[in-house]
Amino acid sequence: MQFEELRAWIPQINANYHLGVDGLSLPLVILTTLLGFLAVLISWKMNLRVREYFAWLLLLETSILGVFCSLDLVLFFIFWEIEVIPMYFLISIWGTGRKEYSAIKYVLYTLFGSALMLAGILSLYFATGSLSMVELAQTDLAPLTSALPLAAIFFLLLTGFAVKLAVFPLHTWLPDAYTDAPTAASVVLAGALAKMGGYAMIRISLSIFPQVAQDYAPLLLTLATINVVYGAAVTLKQTDLKRLIAYSSISHMGFVLLGIFALNEVSLVGATLQMFSHGIITGLLFAVTGIVLHNTGERNIVKLGGLARQVPAIAVIFTIAGLGAMGVPTTSGFIAEVMVFLGAFSSTTVTGVHIYTIICLLGILLAAAYVLWLLQRVFFGSVLEKFNKVMDADNLEKVYCAIFIAAIFLIGVYPMILTDVIKTGISPIVALFGG
Amino acid sequence: MNLELFLPELSLVITAIAVILLDLFIQQKGLLTVVSIAGLIIAAGFTIAMWGTTPQAIFNKMLAVDNYALFFKLLFLGISALVILASVDYVSKFARFHGEYHALVLLATLGMMLMAATIDLISIFVALELATISFYVLVGFLKDKKSTEASLKFVLLGGIASAVLLYGMALTFGFTGKTQLLEIAQVIQATSAESLVVSPGLILGLVLLVAGFGFKIAAVPFQMWVPDVYEGAPTPITAYLSVGSKVAGFAIILRVFYSAFGLPDPLSLDWGMIFAVLSAIGMTLGNILAIQQTNIKRMLAYSSIAHAGYIMIGLATVGLSPAADTLGQSSLLFYVVAFALTDLAAFIAVIAISNKLNSDLIKDYAGMGKQAPLLALALTLGLISLIGLPPTAGFIAKFYIFSGAASNGLLWLVIIAVINSVISAYYYLRVAKVMWLGEPIGEEKVPSSLALRLALAISCFGILILGIAPAFLIKLAETAASMFTL
Repeated sequence: MQFEELRAWIPQINANYHLGVDGLSLPLVILTTLLGFLAVLISWKMNLRVREYFAWLLLLETSILGVFCSLDLVLFFIFWEIEVIPMYFLISIWGTGRKEYSAIKYVLYTLFGSALMLAGILSLYFATGSLSMVELAQTDLAPLTSALPLAAIFFLLLTGFAVKLAVFPLHTWLPDAYTDAPTAASVVLAGALAKMGGYAMIRISLSIFPQVAQDYAPLLLTLATINVVYGAAVTLKQTDLKRLIAYSSISHMGFVLLGIFALNEVSLVGATLQMFSHGIITGLLFAVTGIVLHNTGERNIVKLGGLARQVPAIAVIFTIAGLGAMGVPTTSGFIAEVMVFLGAFSSTTVTGVHIYTIICLLGILLAAAYVLWLLQRVFFGSVLEKFNKVMDADNLEKVYCAIFIAAIFLIGVYPMILTDVIKTGISPIVALFGG
Repeated sequence: MNLELFLPELSLVITAIAVILLDLFIQQKGLLTVVSIAGLIIAAGFTIAMWGTTPQAIFNKMLAVDNYALFFKLLFLGISALVILASVDYVSKFARFHGEYHALVLLATLGMMLMAATIDLISIFVALELATISFYVLVGFLKDKKSTEASLKFVLLGGIASAVLLYGMALTFGFTGKTQLLEIAQVIQATSAESLVVSPGLILGLVLLVAGFGFKIAAVPFQMWVPDVYEGAPTPITAYLSVGSKVAGFAIILRVFYSAFGLPDPLSLDWGMIFAVLSAIGMTLGNILAIQQTNIKRMLAYSSIAHAGYIMIGLATVGLSPAADTLGQSSLLFYVVAFALTDLAAFIAVIAISNKLNSDLIKDYAGMGKQAPLLALALTLGLISLIGLPPTAGFIAKFYIFSGAASNGLLWLVIIAVINSVISAYYYLRVAKVMWLGEPIGEEKVPSSLALRLALAISCFGILILGIAPAFLIKLAETAASMFTL
């Protein structure tokens, strides 16, 4: 842990204002701040209730950063909950489509998850008397007696995290929220916010309950497989551009879950890298979709076509992002997925992990299918007259897309820039599993 | 006889009389508000001066002066001050009776302060009636059809509740031969635990006491009066009822059950379980019925039924925890303060908005975010705190009261409660949605007096301060959890 800050906050319940970063949280902090910056650029053309919009966006940014930096469970929970309110308003005021329905659905799912999480935190607190993640990670919980079995506490907490990561069957809020949110909110939601779930699983579920996590890993790996395959299969069927990207996220979050519960150093580093990589790739996909939507006024894939002629810059950007999502070598998506698969396949901590890994490989194939088919339907094929007047990306849009693309290739070509950092955060956790 | 220990109450009586007399002579009715507030501040000053002194009993052990009572007295004085400030806009509606209005509010405060301090069944009943009768009149103050109907309903049902309570007291007296709470406790502890829990007289007495007090705090199934009375009463009085009367009810329930029936354990487990079950039913029913309300006052009425359910988690914790563990008491004390501030903030914003709209329908709140951004923001903050989301007082209060329950084997109740919080988010956020997303009907601003804005600002800051730095109040609540003993 570095940059630690520790102040007594509510001494009566042993809650502290305790912040800090390590190799696990640092990449996610960088991801959040990068996406926050880009989200402001993406929102440059916002002209509806501008003051409120940016206030909510900044509050959202604060709460996500708070989650990644908190080392105290109550503080963590507070930041986790604060995020709900700005997201609710961002979707319901500035969104599109069935925005109010999607917004309240998002809120209720999140609150349901965090309600169970709160029960979990309380039981953990009364079993141990501590709320510090650092202390709890060093405590052996097995000999403790509490009102609930450890596994029950583990699942109370995990449910909250799983809602955020959109783990099957708690994923149904995701397509609605991602689709109806305004572009910048989609970028932050898909890019940074969903990662709170994966981060919390590693930071809390794995570090504090290593034994339980190992016992129940097969169950979670099954869910990961469902996420990957089911998510990808549903993606193939989508005709709405944003909804398609949303479902592909479900599939990609399955890789994260696979990497986490394979409980192997390489797979965990891979999972963290996949969170980062998915953050920038999906961020770029949503950003460029936002441009397509803004310029053509259309996001139904069936009605789009042949855009590569009319808007070459957008087509190039979209293609690069798509290749990243497919996991083509030299993009960050490739490195992340390779590490997840290699790590998971060679994992010795969970029996039968090979089978899950092999089934998940199917996800890569399906990803190639839906991405290429999407590109073909939107950008290639016969040119449509009605899009002749459509503007290409302007300079501002090219600039922020270039930043995304640079990040994708930087990590794709030189992944050590992140993996070395991540490893320092993952190693102490992996040591708990003797791996 | 230490009359100086009775100074807060005395100064309040004098203020109430002074307000009525002043009303006869002055034209400038605003002065009445000033005098009332001054009286409350003086009473608060006397109360603070007594904080931390050795607990003692006065008037033949009728009243206790302990930190527990002082804590509640201060809270009631604060609530009353905010209600009076928030009434400034509202009282200008009636041509006459300004003096009576303020005097009755002060007398209700007096009744509630006594309720927090009483340690004898007889004085409990007297204090309760003083507060309740003042409220009967205040509810009917508008003298229109709805208000009169509400008042009549309140009187009839309140009368029945008082009768039930009195019957419960009579049975308790019949069983123990005492009216003083601590003497009752001695008799009960001298009896063997086995004969206690099978004694029909005592158990029936306890159940009737729960029913009688349950009416005050709007616990299900004694909540029938709440929606109609809340809707019909003048809005500041609705706020006062919802906050003051409920908190006073909890103050007295906690004292009676903890002081008189706290030991032996089989008995306290019994009533602890009764409260746990009432709590689960109350919050679930309150929240579910609130969903379909279209009138904001009725919605807040059902929400206050639900919150009575949450607060009863604290009572259940007190019953189920060992006597030395005061987490249940202190978390209940913290919750009532947080709830008071939150509900007041919501109601004060409603007062200002409905003054302008002449309507309490939620759909008429459309576009308030544009017409009156600050009021809408304050109401939103209140609603967020009612849901129990951080960084507000509501969150810390829930966390604290749930933690007490979770540590005493009530995890099932906590899970019901947290799921209830999710349900409640739906209807609270619906109001926020209407305000911020709806199109405004008119362009003109919503006027509000300086006094009302001051009251609103105080409650909003209170919500945020308790949400971010709650340690000081938790410490106060822990100190106040110690009650007078013989």
